[in-house]
Amino acid sequence: MNKILIVAKKEFRDGLRNRWVAGISIVLALFAMGISYFGTAASGSVGFASLSTTVVSLSSLAIFLIPLIALILAYDSIVGEDEQGTLILLLTYPLQRSQLMAGKFIGHAGIMALATLIGFGSAGLLIAIFSPHASFEELLTSYSVFILSSILLGWVFVAMAYLISVSSNEKSRATGVALMVWFVFVFVFDLLLLGILVTSGGGVGENLFAYLLLLNPTDIFRLINLSSFEATQVQSGIASIAEEGLIQPVVLFVSLLAWLLLLYLLAVWRFNKRI
Amino acid sequence: MSDTAMTDTVIQLNHVQLEYGKFRALNDISLLVPEGEVLGLLGHNGAGKTTTIKLLLGLLESSAGSVSVFGGDPLDREHAGKIRNNIGYLPENLSFYPQLTGLETLSYFADLKGANKKEKDSLLEEVGLAHAAHRKLKTYSKGMRQRLGLAQALLNQPGLLILDEPTVGLDPVATQDLYLTIDKLKQQGATVILCSHVLSGIEEHIDRAVILAKGCVLADGSLERLRAQTQLPMQIRVKGRIEENGWLKDISDSEIDLQRINGSQYLFTCPISEKVSLLKNIMAEDSVNDLEIHAPSLEAIYQFYNRHASALEKE
Repeated sequence: MNKILIVAKKEFRDGLRNRWVAGISIVLALFAMGISYFGTAASGSVGFASLSTTVVSLSSLAIFLIPLIALILAYDSIVGEDEQGTLILLLTYPLQRSQLMAGKFIGHAGIMALATLIGFGSAGLLIAIFSPHASFEELLTSYSVFILSSILLGWVFVAMAYLISVSSNEKSRATGVALMVWFVFVFVFDLLLLGILVTSGGGVGENLFAYLLLLNPTDIFRLINLSSFEATQVQSGIASIAEEGLIQPVVLFVSLLAWLLLLYLLAVWRFNKRI
Repeated sequence: MSDTAMTDTVIQLNHVQLEYGKFRALNDISLLVPEGEVLGLLGHNGAGKTTTIKLLLGLLESSAGSVSVFGGDPLDREHAGKIRNNIGYLPENLSFYPQLTGLETLSYFADLKGANKKEKDSLLEEVGLAHAAHRKLKTYSKGMRQRLGLAQALLNQPGLLILDEPTVGLDPVATQDLYLTIDKLKQQGATVILCSHVLSGIEEHIDRAVILAKGCVLADGSLERLRAQTQLPMQIRVKGRIEENGWLKDISDSEIDLQRINGSQYLFTCPISEKVSLLKNIMAEDSVNDLEIHAPSLEAIYQFYNRHASALEKE
């Protein structure tokens, strides 16, 4: 069997065995259905909303959850093997470092994709069945885009976790850095952008601001999912950029893929330098 | 064994030097290991044993000198690809994947090495883990994990086996089994590097000892050669009666030291050069019932070289 596939198979089986797939799927499905059902509670009634409305709320939640899950899943993939003595052993096998990394990525990417698909997919299906406002058409179009971009966002943060893992000498340090990275991309980056926008007194043009958002994969994910829907109810700054279509969805997807490629290649490069 | 092993010299280090930043981990190391030799690489923690091993495995690059394993540079990608199937390695402090069973772990490494499926079962049997093959590793003792580590190192019947502190965590029976396995591999023509700071028991299983300290080779040779070099005395313990007015009364003038124990036992400590003449005298005695000869142990040789090195350093 191909060496990459041997490693990928082991990682994927570990994910199933450790109940990662089941755990992530359940968490995502519960959040998706909960948000859809209770999302309109502020207006005095509860019940499944349309998939479009669900996605708008859900994408805000996915921005927190998906990166965190991906980082926790993969932050110890290299440094953890190092601590248990298996990394040095694997490196003496007829297996190149890039093959080891590729195998791990395929395994972890598979876990993220399957869990996201099962979690959000099953919730979407139930909402489409039980909500009078939802349609199967939405499920196949906009909601599919949401699931696809969620998977891609997960992969970006798996690659980010690898970069952290290969750059750390201790698992505890990798944990700290992973949490810091999550905090920066999920909270700090947007605050900084907002700060720049306010202090510059509008000096940063809308176009430039839109492109600055591409520097954060979670913002790209947000833009993809807000621009996918005509009936965007959340009128945030980002939503307006999405609505105005300053950046084409295809550019957004390519940007996420570029993030994935960049982080993955950086991780491989750092891994090759690691003693 | 693959055809890469068809060479007389398996390992060759020429004036190798290696630095970690400003710290010099290896200093002018030269070493030649012929095919089929069992070499004991000995030294305290931090002496440079593991660094030397990492060089041989192509995990580190020397800052000066050359490293050759099976006739090529282990850092050369093409050569490394060829030889890695022919090297078995047991690292120090190996704990494996706690969530996998013994068989699953060995299967994973066997697949990566392209070993056949039958070999896994026979190896588990050989290292005494067949009964625990389906148990998760988190239930394994340290000794069991070490034995599993040995099993993976033996995959594909490697021509070169590198064992880093293999007896750590092993009970006396498992330690003896490990040495028997090494003896068997030697008979099959494998070259073995046995890296250890636990010296008791290994001297009967190695052909040659290399003693490292602070990244330098302190001593290199067979035990006989090292014993001759160190001139350490040997001990002869005699049970029975020796005529006090015979050759024994002149012994105080020689280099031989005598201790009398309980009036019926004698402990002679003598230089190796005096061994034969002393034995002749003892054997000529009618009332001697038994005797034991103790050549200087590897531990004594090891301590001699380390003391010698420390003394030189102080000067």
